[in-house]
Amino acid sequence: MINIEQRTDSSAKMVILAPILALTLTAISTMIIFLWASLDVMNAFYVFYIEPLTGKYNLSELLVKAAPLMMIALGLSIGFRAGVWNIGAEGQYIIGAISGGAVGLYYYNVEATWLIPLMAFAAVLGGMGYAGIAAFLRTRFQVNEILVTLMLTYVAILFLSAMVFGPLRNPDGFNFPESRIFHDSATLPIIWQGTRAHIGFIIALLFAGVTWFITKKHMFGMQIKISGSAPRAARFAGFNENKTIWYALLISGGLAGLAGLFEAAGPVGQLVPHLPVGYGFTAIIVAFLARLHPIGIVFTSLLIALTYMGGENAQITLQLPSSITSVFQGMLLFYFLACNVLIEHKVAFSFNWSK
Amino acid sequence: MKYQLELQNICKSYGSLKANEDITLGIKPASIHALLGENGAGKSTLVKIIYGSLQSNSGTMKWCDQDYKPNSPFEAREKGLAMVFQHFSLFESLTVAENIILGLDGVGLDSDYIEQITKYSKQYGLNVNAQQVVGDLSVGARQRVEIIRCLMQEPKLLIMDEPTSVLTPQEVSDLFITLRKLAENGCTILYISHKLEEVRQICHQATILRGGKLIQNCNPQEHSKRELAEMMIGKKLINLARSNIKIGEDVFSINNLSKKSEEMFGVDLYDICLTVKEGSIVGIAGVAGNGQDELMHLLIGEKKSPEGVLIFKGKDIGKLNSHQRRQLSMFFTPEERLGHGAVADMKLDENMLLSRPQKSEMTNYGVINWQQVEMLTQRVITDFDVQTQSSKMLAQSLSGGNLQKFMVGRELIQNPDLLIVAQPTWGVDAGSENHIHQSLITLAEQGSAILIISQDLDEVLTLCEQVHVITAGKLSPAVDMQDNGLEKLSQLMVGGKSND
Repeated sequence: MINIEQRTDSSAKMVILAPILALTLTAISTMIIFLWASLDVMNAFYVFYIEPLTGKYNLSELLVKAAPLMMIALGLSIGFRAGVWNIGAEGQYIIGAISGGAVGLYYYNVEATWLIPLMAFAAVLGGMGYAGIAAFLRTRFQVNEILVTLMLTYVAILFLSAMVFGPLRNPDGFNFPESRIFHDSATLPIIWQGTRAHIGFIIALLFAGVTWFITKKHMFGMQIKISGSAPRAARFAGFNENKTIWYALLISGGLAGLAGLFEAAGPVGQLVPHLPVGYGFTAIIVAFLARLHPIGIVFTSLLIALTYMGGENAQITLQLPSSITSVFQGMLLFYFLACNVLIEHKVAFSFNWSK
Repeated sequence: MKYQLELQNICKSYGSLKANEDITLGIKPASIHALLGENGAGKSTLVKIIYGSLQSNSGTMKWCDQDYKPNSPFEAREKGLAMVFQHFSLFESLTVAENIILGLDGVGLDSDYIEQITKYSKQYGLNVNAQQVVGDLSVGARQRVEIIRCLMQEPKLLIMDEPTSVLTPQEVSDLFITLRKLAENGCTILYISHKLEEVRQICHQATILRGGKLIQNCNPQEHSKRELAEMMIGKKLINLARSNIKIGEDVFSINNLSKKSEEMFGVDLYDICLTVKEGSIVGIAGVAGNGQDELMHLLIGEKKSPEGVLIFKGKDIGKLNSHQRRQLSMFFTPEERLGHGAVADMKLDENMLLSRPQKSEMTNYGVINWQQVEMLTQRVITDFDVQTQSSKMLAQSLSGGNLQKFMVGRELIQNPDLLIVAQPTWGVDAGSENHIHQSLITLAEQGSAILIISQDLDEVLTLCEQVHVITAGKLSPAVDMQDNGLEKLSQLMVGGKSND
């Protein structure tokens, strides 16, 4: 008989071991997939896991992809701790890109150092406002925020199309559905010459530090945590439930909006219909892989960025379909959640021959 | 046959923890035998072994002088044992008869059984209607259904696990009548409890367990409640007495508080008036579910009150939240421990932060001073004798009594001007109860005002000099306990009006 028993206290060893175990299992499973696809396993393994870590281009692209994931996941982690499930970071990301991008386009060809901060400010407000709709509906009418945020994502995608086909379309763009390319003052500074790695990564790291401070050392972090695990205890402690919901959604929405702008004003350089590539959804995986820990998110965002890179490489070099990235991320999350059970539980083998 | 059931040197351990150590006892036929002990004394383990859901590591049992070694509760039931659990297993949408028959093996619903149910319910004063739906029954009636279900198997030994923990005083005395009748008719009863007064009332024999060991077999009627308690906890109890009562100015008053409940099955409050003065302990007695929860929510500030109704030191506090009320030196211990007064999956030091007035210096502009938090947590743990490995233990890992001491202690170290506490010793063992009562008395002696909401009449009588009774959302006028208060109080409890 194999029994899963509750541990009396969570195992510190397993907190470290669980992600390693999950990674190993994912690696083994991908190898089986490679074998099944009759690929050279060692080569495929290299293409997938090692190549993205070599060379200036690959490493810099890792940072480009990790930056938005990290920023969104940090915001989401705060909401998830509070038991507020913002699933629509993708939508807030788009609205942030549009509102920040529109400011950049309004001041087109104006050379000024204040332009990027102003765009960032607009993007944060845009993301907050969009997530605020869900907060309003939840606190006023008890509407489930999961549904609202998720559905608003599709509204945002269509709104982006409407914008780049309409008011924000490049007047000199031969009717292509895209905005003008942002001018230099409206484009993010590059932190690594000759690559696309931009300042957004540094800012995301700063946010990770701030989030860490808030969760460990500030009453606001406690408020979030208490509200998430025991709503009645939160009221006993004097926290207003509705305010916590507002904070959680505004913070995650604002950060997603900022990430959206950084993507538009960074590597993409303009507003285009294909701006949303799913970072808002993948960030949910990033946050949970890190067990909502802010420093953990720094690492898991890099790890997930690696799977994006590996997936791209696999498409090009191995002619695997693009869905390999999703398979991969899904497997990683699946194994991770399974291994996480070992933190609070232990597996006990007992043999009872009498039966 | 000398004994119905005999245990010889029963041992059971979980890892290094010895839950039962060398337990030898005999239960006489047709007697009511108490198994007495604090939480964690090993009562449940022993009962599980008797009932077959656990097997002992060593030792033997004899049932009617024959070897008895049940491998499952099913085998135990076949021999003639039955058990009424603390938590019932009834289907709320089914009728009483359906529930009872579901528990029996291989029978269908027919009129014979309904007749039999009626017969048992008449014979033992177990007042239930076989056709009623269980969902509509009170807790006491549900327990009676469980008892009838056991009686249908015509048991020789009936095990009752903490049967009175969910009952009102009236239901308790009804239960005792039933149990006595059962014993007279030859059914042996094993009665598990930590309530000493009850054990003294109805049990012929008592076995006292402490820390997994058998401490004593005795006749509980020959010992005082205090002696039994001291045997149970293994140390002397402090003498509780209110000396030098010095009543000062009004600290807190409720003036004509009426409030419709926002919950579906909540109780509306009508015109509640009450005053608590410096140095006094005021009690609100009454059976649970008469508006205590709703009142407590308003007192803590989890819900807002109308204007001019809650006055604390001359200030209207009706609109303040609990944190703002604590700043004014008003503190609270709610009834429910996990999920309300403490967060189950948070550590003790984190739980300290639920109650964090500015003067505690635990936070400064929201930044947590963990050193200060740790220091205060340690103080609560040592001053209030909280049994825990460290301040880093999760709240849910503490026993009820220890968590209660922590929660009361957390508020008391802030030297409250007013402490409002609901069910301060609910489900708490005798030692912790004594400790909590003592610290409340000490607080009042220092001049603080205390308001206690409690179902436990003994507790209210020991501590309070003024008592109100709450029934259906209405609060009686204060009864002074000095002049013949008990009589007036019992009149109020049964629903009659006070004569003056």
